Order: sequence, then C-alpha cells, then structure tokens
Amino acid sequence: MKRILIIGATSAIAQATMRIWAQEKNKLHLVGRNKEKLHSIAMDLSVLGDSVITNAVLDLNHLDAHQSMLDEAVKILGGIDIVLIAYGTLGHQKTCELDASVMLQNLHTNAISIMSLLTYLANILEEQKNGIIAVISSVAGDRGRQSNYVYGTAKGALSLFLQGLRQRLYKSGVSVLTIKPGFVDTPMTQAFRKGLLWTTPGVIAKSIVAAVAGKKNTIYAPGYWWIIMQIIQWIPERYFKWMSL
Amino acid sequence: MESYGWGRYPRIEANVMFPQSVTDCYAALTRRSSLIVQGMGRSYGDSSLAPEIVNTRYLNHFQAFDEENGLLTCESGVLLKDILAFIVPHGWFLSVTPGTQFVSVGGAIASDVHGKNHHVSGTFTEHVVQMELLLGNGECILVSPIENADLFYATCGGMGLTGVILSATIQLKSICSSKILETVIKCASLDEVLNGFLSHQQATYSVAWIDCLAQGKNFGRSVLRIGEHATDQSLEAPSKKRLSVPIEMPGFLLNQWTIQAFNTLYYRHHRAKRKNPCKISYESFFYPLDKFMHWNRLYGKSGFIQYQFLLPREAGVEGLRDVLREIVRSGKGSFLAVLKVFGKKNKNYLSFPEEGYSLALDFKIEPQLFGLLSQWDKLILQYGGRLYLAKDARMTEDTFKASYPGWCEFEEIRAKYHAIGKFASQQSQRLGLQ
Repeated sequence: MKRILIIGATSAIAQATMRIWAQEKNKLHLVGRNKEKLHSIAMDLSVLGDSVITNAVLDLNHLDAHQSMLDEAVKILGGIDIVLIAYGTLGHQKTCELDASVMLQNLHTNAISIMSLLTYLANILEEQKNGIIAVISSVAGDRGRQSNYVYGTAKGALSLFLQGLRQRLYKSGVSVLTIKPGFVDTPMTQAFRKGLLWTTPGVIAKSIVAAVAGKKNTIYAPGYWWIIMQIIQWIPERYFKWMSL
Repeated sequence: MESYGWGRYPRIEANVMFPQSVTDCYAALTRRSSLIVQGMGRSYGDSSLAPEIVNTRYLNHFQAFDEENGLLTCESGVLLKDILAFIVPHGWFLSVTPGTQFVSVGGAIASDVHGKNHHVSGTFTEHVVQMELLLGNGECILVSPIENADLFYATCGGMGLTGVILSATIQLKSICSSKILETVIKCASLDEVLNGFLSHQQATYSVAWIDCLAQGKNFGRSVLRIGEHATDQSLEAPSKKRLSVPIEMPGFLLNQWTIQAFNTLYYRHHRAKRKNPCKISYESFFYPLDKFMHWNRLYGKSGFIQYQFLLPREAGVEGLRDVLREIVRSGKGSFLAVLKVFGKKNKNYLSFPEEGYSLALDFKIEPQLFGLLSQWDKLILQYGGRLYLAKDARMTEDTFKASYPGWCEFEEIRAKYHAIGKFASQQSQRLGLQ
C-alpha cells in the first residue's frame, strides 16, 4: 500500500496516472484549486479503483499555504511514499512578451510555486529517509525557443532545481524523478492542431507509473523525445537563432 | 478549428469548447447564443457540427457503480470502451452496444444507438434509467421514463437538440464470460439470409454483411453472424492492439473494382456453408472495425456518405429487394454493407428502428451520388421507411418530416424546455427544426 500525494490533481496527466495507481490498494490524497473538478475526479477514482481517496482545495500560487497543506497531507496519509506534482499553465507567449507581469505570473505558477513546494517536501522526505518526488517538467525546458521560451524557462529552471535536489536527496534514500513529456493532447493544449508526434495522457501516465516504480532520474515521455531533444540541443546557436522552430 | 463527422463530409470551421465541469458547460451555454454538443464525433454527417461546439471529452468521470444490480452512473463524455474495460472483469456488459466502442454515453443516447441484439433488447436508451440534463435556460434537471418523461423520450434520439446531457445511469446486463460464441452462416441469396434471421430470431445477437454489388444469381449473397455470450466463466480485460490508417488515402483507392474484389474475396473467404460455433473475444465480435483506427481515411479527402435506411415489416421482402436492386444497378459499391432485422419500436419521438429491415451502406462521395441517394429516398418513403439521423449528411427537410412524424411533438417539447434557439446543428437546420 503506497501513500501517494498528487498536487495538481485535476490535470489530465495526473488523472490518467491516478487511475492506474487507484487500482492497487493505495491511499491517494489529491490537491487542486477547483473544488468541483476535484470532487469529480475523487468520485471517479473511488468507483474505478480500490484505494482510499481524500482531497484538499488549494491554489498553489498561494505560497504561504504550502507548509500547512503539506502538513495536513502527511497527517492524512501517515507519510508520503510518492508525490507527483502535475500542475502548470502554458500561458500565452505573445502576451508574455508584451506584459512583464503576465510573464512573471507564468514563471510563478510553473516554477516558483513548485520550487516552494519542493523546498518543504524535500525536508519532509529527507526526514522520512525514503520516498520519491516526481515532477512534470517538459521537453520545452531543454532549449529556449522563440515560440515558447517563457514556459520553457520555467520548465528549464525546474529541471535544474530537480537535478540539484536529486543529488542532495540521494544521500537520504529519496529519489527525484523529472518527467519530460513532449506534445500531449490535454486541455492545456486544446488550441493546437494535433499531428503525428502528439500522444495522450494515458500513454504518459503509463510511463510515469513505470518510472516511479523503477526510481528513474529523468524520463522523456514518450521515449522518442530523447533523441528529438538531443538533436535540437545539438544544433549550434549560430544556426538555431536563424530558425523559427 | 476544421470540424467534421466520421464520414469527413461535410466540413465546417467551428469554435470548439472543451468544458471540464458542469460549471464550464453552464459558462459555455450562457456566453453563446446557440451551440451543439459533441461527444466523439462518430455520427457520420453534420449532427454535431455548428459554428459553436461543446465537446464533452473531458466530462469523462465515473460517478457510481452498483455492482450487485449492474447500475452504472457516469458523465456523458465517458466512452463505451472505458465502460467495458471496467465492467467486463466485474461480470457485466452493456445491454446494447453499437458497432464501435469509440462512442460517448451522451452520443449513444442522443443518437439512440442500436446493436446486433435490437430484435431482443431494443436500443441503448431503453436501458437508460435516468439522466441529468442542462437545459437552455441554465437549469439542471433529472429526466427519466417517470420524471419529465416527455423530455426523456425527446432527448433519447434527440440528436443533442434538447439540452446538454451531463450524466446518465444505465442498466447493464450480467455475463459470466467476456467471450462470444459466434456462428457464421454463408447465405447465397437475399432470401436465404432473411430466412437465416428468421430461424435465429431467438439468438441474442444477429447481423449480416451483404454484398451490395453482387448481381444475378448472387444477388443479396451475405454472411450471417449469430452470437451468444459464452459461459466459460472467464472474464478477460480487452486487448489493446490496434492498427491505424495514419494519413488520408488517395481518392481512387476505393472504387467499384477494388470494392467488388474485396466483396468477392470476403464472401469466398468464408469457405464452409456453416461454421461450428467459435469462441471469440467480445471486441472481435462487436467491434471488428475498431481494430483499424481512422479507417474512415481510406475514403480519401472527399470523404464518404453512410446511408442507413429502415424498411418496415409491412414493406416486406419485396420492398427490400426493390431498393437493393436499385443500389446494385447503380454499381455504386460499399464494402461495408450491414443488414439487420429489427425488433419493436420504442417511445422516443425521433426513434429510427422499428420491426423491419435495416441496411447500412457506405458510399464514396462522387458527383452522381447525391442524385442517386435522392431517388432512393423517394423509394424508401414510398415503402414507409426512413433514414437514420446519426448517419445522415444530406437528407432534405421534406424527407425527414415525412418519415419522422414525431417531429412536431419533439419541437413542442423543445419549446417547453427552453431548447429552441439554444441547441441547433447544421443537420437540424437542414431538416427544418428550429
């Protein structure tokens, strides 16, 4: 029986992942900002799975409530074996370019707020001396591109933070997993025209469950994004800046 | 976003919204003057096309399961595929299922889908116990055969024109095996296959594939499939292997000669006159085409029309023979031609099935096609028949109103429950509904 905390539980990838975890007799504690959606998902997991489901409502941009939310989660679950951080917002690149406050809000949601959570979580799990922290980053964080560099910056910063955390927490028997999905068909990407490289939350969920069980460091989901990003990162800057990728 | 149904014709530009909660649905409703709800978009024509579309794919949560009595409650965006993956290992099955599991519960209700067991079990909605509906004025109400019954019978088969189906409770049927015992019978003529249906009318499931290009002595040659739930106490989860047609195929791929070749090979492939009952997975029996994702791309860029009509029993075999003769004479081929004998009509105002014969055919879109279809419409009307709305992409208002007399009362109920001016599709406007 695993004690699993999911932060950003209303995300499509989180839902698909929880549907798998709910099948085993686990304890799942869901945190999200929309009460109605959270309730829907909790009901869904109770029907489909065999686990104990609890939930709490919180807008994760409220940093001062992070510690108390986590304390409550630990109390309800009795400890944390797995924590999955799955929330984020794509934002609108062009608006971010025109308005610095919008750009800063994007960074706050996608990077700063998550780093705040990770600070508290790292201490909790370090004291436990076991567990795994899994965070959904993105391939967008591997290289800054004109089409989404604000989102990419947040994800890139997050990946770097997780890397340092991984090295620190390894000494205490705690694993840190960075999940880098490619193009996924979710509410966040509903404006995009879907093509060959697009996949579904269900596919990502399977990768996450397997990677958590295997205590991996970093995964690209699906796996073929590793080679795609290697190529993208390899392109020398003097040519890359000329492209419109 | 370019939007189209399963036949990939017609295509329109639409603003598609993806609500994730009832509150989101309400917001979509109040911000738009008129919209249509869309599930998986598996209706063939323009039933779920409008300038403003509300897509229910994220209203996909299960809400309750009474495992003892086989009652399942879920949101309208849940797919039949996901229901089956969940209920089959628990020893339950859908009371009625259409030929694809990639259909949402809301779509199954709105199109009043039928299956291979219509002659015994009726349509999908005859096993819906209750639904929650969001009306045009923002009110959420419960509808069932005993509560707001008029709205219930209007919503079932109502093509999304009465309100947004938010959730439904459905009655499942108990099974002890996930396998189906299938008997395949080769029928050399139309008479033979119709006799085959008659002699197997006690069978749970029956359907025939018919060669609609065969002429002369082969006219109406068919392969009849009879099915029963197996009793071997083995409840297996479905397999996930699927192939995909990755891109649109060129238009010339499916033509009279390739289709004729397919039909002949397919008929001959069944060597024995009658094969002994064989156990197959429920997916193979009910959803053979689901193995090929995007098979509709085989028809190329112009898309195709699915033409499904019913001839009531009064029209007799002669009526069916008459219509089939016209289709064979045209030389317009369909390699997916399905013949079914239906059971009794239900109480839904726009219900399609009643006792009689249903034939479903796919036609590639070509210039002469629409003229031919109009001719066949007239013939079908003469025999008191009608076309299936979920497959329709081009029926006229006159044909619709002549063949669905319930449309008047349907409109009255829509007016009573604030649907007029709020829910409309390209199809409903073509058919002269408000």
